[in-house]
This record gives sequence, C-alpha cells and structure tokens, in this order.
Amino acid sequence: MDTTLTPATAALNVELLRKDFPALHQSAHDHPLVYLDNAATTQKPQSVIDRIRRYYESENSNVHRGVHFLSQLATDAYEGARRTIASYINASDPREVIFTRGTTESINLVASSYGASFVPGDEVLISTMEHHSNIVPWQMLCERRGCTLKVIPVSDEGEIIYEEFERLLSERTKILAVCHTSNALGTVNPIQRMIRDAHALGVPVLIDAAQALPHGPMDVRELDCDFLCFSSHKMFGPTGVGVLYGKQDLLESLPPYQGGGDMIESVSFEGTTYNELPHRFEAGTPNIAGVIGLEAAVKYLQKVSPAAISSYEAELTDYATKTISSIDGVRIVGTAKRKVPVMSFLVGDIHPYDCGTILDRLGIAVRTGHHCTQPLMHRFGIPGTARASLAFYNTFGEVDALADGIRKAKSMLMR
Amino acid sequence: MSESTSIRERERQIVDEFSMFDDWMGRYEYLIELGSDLPLIEDRYKTDEFKIKGCQSQVWLRPDYRNGRVYFRADSDAVITKGLIALLVRVLDGELPADIATAPLRFIDEIGMKEHLSSTRKNGLASMIRQIRSYASSVTAEA
Repeated sequence: MDTTLTPATAALNVELLRKDFPALHQSAHDHPLVYLDNAATTQKPQSVIDRIRRYYESENSNVHRGVHFLSQLATDAYEGARRTIASYINASDPREVIFTRGTTESINLVASSYGASFVPGDEVLISTMEHHSNIVPWQMLCERRGCTLKVIPVSDEGEIIYEEFERLLSERTKILAVCHTSNALGTVNPIQRMIRDAHALGVPVLIDAAQALPHGPMDVRELDCDFLCFSSHKMFGPTGVGVLYGKQDLLESLPPYQGGGDMIESVSFEGTTYNELPHRFEAGTPNIAGVIGLEAAVKYLQKVSPAAISSYEAELTDYATKTISSIDGVRIVGTAKRKVPVMSFLVGDIHPYDCGTILDRLGIAVRTGHHCTQPLMHRFGIPGTARASLAFYNTFGEVDALADGIRKAKSMLMR
Repeated sequence: MSESTSIRERERQIVDEFSMFDDWMGRYEYLIELGSDLPLIEDRYKTDEFKIKGCQSQVWLRPDYRNGRVYFRADSDAVITKGLIALLVRVLDGELPADIATAPLRFIDEIGMKEHLSSTRKNGLASMIRQIRSYASSVTAEA
C-alpha cells in the first residue's frame, strides 16, 4: 500500500509511513524490531518491491539491444528512470547520470578515468572523516600516478577545520573529494562553501552524497559540484545500484572506465570507438531492475515530501541527542552543529561490540565498529563506536527503546 | 576417530550450567562472569602473531603444546567475547591435539550462543575456532 500525498507543510505521519515498509514489522529475538542501522542500508517501501517484481514479471529484457517489444519496454523503463533521477538532482541533462553499482564504484570510476591524467606532484584533497571508499581509490590512484594525498583534519566536534581546508587547497590540488554527510558522525559539511572556494582556484569537486540523499534531495546545479556519487540502497531503493552524476563537458572529456558491450560505437581488431554519454560508462548489461527500483524509491520520497522529512528528522536528531547523552556515562562522538540523525556513541569503557550484542538481544539494530572510517576513529583515539542511524520512519518511541537498551547494557556490562 | 569423551563431558557440564537460566540476560551475565576465569595471555604475547584477525574487538590467543597436549591462554577487550573464549578454553584446554582438531563443539549452539558463530558478527569466535583447529592439526601432523 502506498502513502497518500502529504502536503509539504504538514507534519509527517510516521505511523502511517511505517506501514509502507514491510521489513520494519517483525520481531528480533522476541522483541519488536527497532531498526537503527539506516546509514548501513535502509528498508524498502512496498512500492519499490512491487516495482521490481512488476519489472521481472512483465518487462524483463535486455536494454538498448533488441528490436522486440519487451526490449523496448525495458529500455523505456530504464531510460525513464534516468530522466526521473536526473530531474530529482536537477541535472541539466539525463546524460549526466551514469548508473554504477554504488557510491564505491562511482568514486572508483572518477579516480580511474579522471585521475588518468594526473602527474607526479598533483594532489588529491580529501578529509579525515571520509569513508574508506572515498580514501582507498585515491590512495591507489596516488600510488599509480605518483600523486600526493592531502587530508583535511577535523575538530573534536567532528567538523572540518575550515582554515586547514583553505590552507591545503592550492593550484596543485587536482580534485577535492569530500563527503556531504559523514556516515560515522552524522556531520553535514559546508559543501556549498567548499565547492565555491575550490572553484575559485579552478579545482573540481567530487561529493560523496551517499549519506545525504536519504535525508533530503540535492540540487547539483545549485551546488555546482562537478561529480556527485550516491547509492540506491541507502535511500530506500534496492542494493547493487548507484549513481555517478558528472557535468557533461567533464564526462565527455574522460576516457572510458570499463570496456565491454554497450559502451562501444564500433569494434574491430584494429581499434574501437566508444559510445556517447551516458552509455560510454555503462559497460555490460546494467542492473536494470535496480535502476527501475531506484526510480520507484525517488518517486516515493517525492511523494512523502522532502520538506516534511527534513523538519521531522531535525526534531528526531535533537530528541535522540538529548535522550542518549543524558544517560550517565554515555559520550556522543560527533557533536557538529549541523547533523543528520546519526548517533555514534560510547558507553563508559564498555566495548562497542558488547554494547551492540546486548542491544541486538533487545531487538535493537545498531552498527558497531569503525564504520569503514578507521582514520577517523584513529583521530578520536577510539577503536570504534556503537552507531544508531535513523531514518524518517523511526519514531521517538524507538529512541526511548534505544535509551532503555543502553541502560540495560550498562547494568549488565559495567563492572 | 571417535569423539573425545572428556571434551564432550565438559561441554555437557556447560550446557547444564546454562540451562539453569530461563532468559537470555541470565545466560549472558553468566557468560560474562565466566570470562574472568579465562587463563590470561601475558601482555608480552599480545602481539600481531597471536592476534585473531577479523574481530571487531581485539582477541589474542596463544596455544602451547606440552607433553603431547595443548594448553591455551587468551584475552579480549570485549567481555562477551572473553566469556566465549573462556568457554572454548575450558572445553579444550589440556586435550590431545587430534581430539581438539576434530571436536564438533556443539555446546555453543546448545547454550543459545549460536549467533556468535556467524562470520558476520566479527567477534572472532568462528575464526578463533578455525585457528585452534588448524593449530591442533599442525601439531598432530608433527607428532
């Protein structure tokens, strides 16, 4: 069942919205499931599940190839999804939307293709709070091309130290690659300002928006970012599909990433000419069902109303921060002024793994560990945290359940 | 080869002890308590050589082969993990390498801790068991 249209100004009817997400309604270890691991992956609304099912039941065929009826249906659906997603992020042209396997592949594509022209002495600028997927591809590139990786430090609150960013940014910087929103801390970075300052020096900017899109839409033209990467499964769509947005002239200038079917214009043993955008970067049969499922997720988000999501999540963030930090001995790691509802925390000297295990027994799903941000954990001098990451379908009651769970874990584990 | 009776006997004892609790909280609290019985590895052996990989918490385990039998010392910075290692060590300590290598270790499931065997939990119990078995097999082969 689909939710009825909510006007942008109306408050979110969370109880009604929750009905759209079948996976939320189950028990874990005899407790009602409290799913607070949304930064790892989000649950899917019924409309997404139904859309994928409908594709396989009645439209399944390969795209861009056949002359036949079904192939045309599948191609129309696939390219229609590209248009929906392009307009959702306000791209100038659907050709600026490349489908990948996820944020990781999007970043690897840019590092590989855009980075192919880097020379020794060039610098790549990232931040301390990057996910490993926005660190390792650049490290590999730097190793290959003899470039240098520069890292913007973060403050004790988990915010980018802006003066340090300004100091590190230079005409040697070939690309600035930063996350819009930190997966481990929830920090929302001053992306617009960073992009402006980078562009003032002629430095192109890649934004890892994997943790941003689940909390609200983005406007690539307003941001003026050069590349934007995100994953479907973190924004209520299926796994295995992601997006690389790139400015058209920039994408046109890049060498291909992977070779194969669909990315070519003509192939002979003497040489191959490549297809035009976006197909040039989509070698092989794409994840057609995934792309169509992502479109359904985008349509769902549009229907719920981004404005209502954003104001509800702001309240949820405040409430969760107050509730969790009021527990004696709990320390929240990441206290930036601008945050999404991601709470990374430590309870006294309890190991995050122990804490997560007890919460799991209480039906509460959190993630524990380094959250694929080992350099960031190192910066804070901790091995990891327990992380509760919320979505718009989480309730104030679930925050209370988490707080009760933390108290119970404390009583069992503190000695 | 037949299953070691003394290993099976110790497993039964543990299953009996855990059966006294009728809820998971009691079982976990008892598990954590048992962690304090673990024969601790000396700090100088808390090195990469004795570290179990693939764990969220730090886990060290040092097997020692003396007079035909294997003895273990270990530690972890997570108390639930430490309790689980303590159980393993209690069951396998001082046994013959061939018996250790082939022990099916059913008790973990029987006391309701099966979830910890899942590799996705990254607490290292599964990798610890693999490591113990491979050590035991290697000394069996030498013997």
